[in-house]
Amino acid sequence: MNHWENFSKGLMKENPIFVLVLGMCPTLATTTSALNGLSMGLATTFVLMLSNVAISLVSGWIPDKVRIPAYIVIIASFVTMVDMVMAAFVNSPGPNGEPSIYDQLGIFIPLIVVNCIVLGRAEAFAARNKAFSSLLDGAGIGLGFAFALTLLGSVREILGNGSVFGLQLLPQTTNILIFVLAPGAFIALGYLIVLVNKLKRTVIISKKQN
Amino acid sequence: MEYILIVISAIFVNNIVLAQFLGICPFMGVSSRISTSAGMGGAVIFVMTIATIFTYLIMHYILIPLGIEFLQTITYILVIAALVQMVEIILKKVSPALYQALGVFLPLITTNCTILGVAILVIQKNYNLLQSVVFAIATAIGFALALVIFAGIREQLALVSIPKEMQGVPVALVTAGLLAMAFMGFAGIV
Repeated sequence: MNHWENFSKGLMKENPIFVLVLGMCPTLATTTSALNGLSMGLATTFVLMLSNVAISLVSGWIPDKVRIPAYIVIIASFVTMVDMVMAAFVNSPGPNGEPSIYDQLGIFIPLIVVNCIVLGRAEAFAARNKAFSSLLDGAGIGLGFAFALTLLGSVREILGNGSVFGLQLLPQTTNILIFVLAPGAFIALGYLIVLVNKLKRTVIISKKQN
Repeated sequence: MEYILIVISAIFVNNIVLAQFLGICPFMGVSSRISTSAGMGGAVIFVMTIATIFTYLIMHYILIPLGIEFLQTITYILVIAALVQMVEIILKKVSPALYQALGVFLPLITTNCTILGVAILVIQKNYNLLQSVVFAIATAIGFALALVIFAGIREQLALVSIPKEMQGVPVALVTAGLLAMAFMGFAGIV
């Protein structure tokens, strides 16, 4: 597998949300707006890249029986780092007094530890590949995750609030409030996956015809 | 009264799965049959109560006195992982019947974010030990309730014909969305 393939497979072919359906909790909880989704996606990407590199470097020394706890400790250290960095730099309230990104993501920042994508990549890829390939794999999967979160966040924001990244596109009167609340997350993600399945099928059919 | 409010709010109003999006993986994964989801619910009630007590004590008697609260995430996840292993071993010896019922679900619980989530939430909410225990039990009951209701719906859903693109995860997500809408009706209670 070449480097480009290691990186690009996470974006669409093995997209963690739309194809593998992993890491659903932060996906549903933090996508109330496009910006929140993007921030969560980038925080996870950062953890994923660093933990993939660290795990691929030390995996030769870790006995097989204790590898899962060891991986979790490595991941938890990077999550703590991200948590502290975010508390320092994105912790100021918005211009209209809305809560800061750090407050809005809240408990889901420490919960990156139990995101199945991170441990899943450590186990499935980083433990048996070189550090550079693992870095690319982490970046690809992480950006695929960030892309899915931003997309879902944009859909929910435009339906629920008429805006994308805070930019007002539709008049307030057409807002469907339910999409920024809990039920809207499930429904929007459900139909997004339907759309992806439909697209995938059309691509496969058109490939067969050629 | 205070405890009743915590219980009602944790089970219905702020249901951990349908309003706070914690524990979606087991919610989607082990909800195809009512019996398995009831087992999973039981295991979560059991582990969450014990884990919350342990992490609460560790936070207040080790981490805070030493001034190392920033190690919270690392400590908690290790304690929970070790605890789940220990519960499994003890249960096997002490109560084989209970182990038969809950055993297969225990390893899955380490990666269940509800346990870590609740352990962090009780610290954020500044609960005392008794409030924390009540909150943990009620939250776990809310989880079990959502899981069992959802499994019941999915058992029925297996009998109808669904468009090909919607089968599996998408239809489960939309169903969960409708269920979450139903739970929103409780919002006015507390």
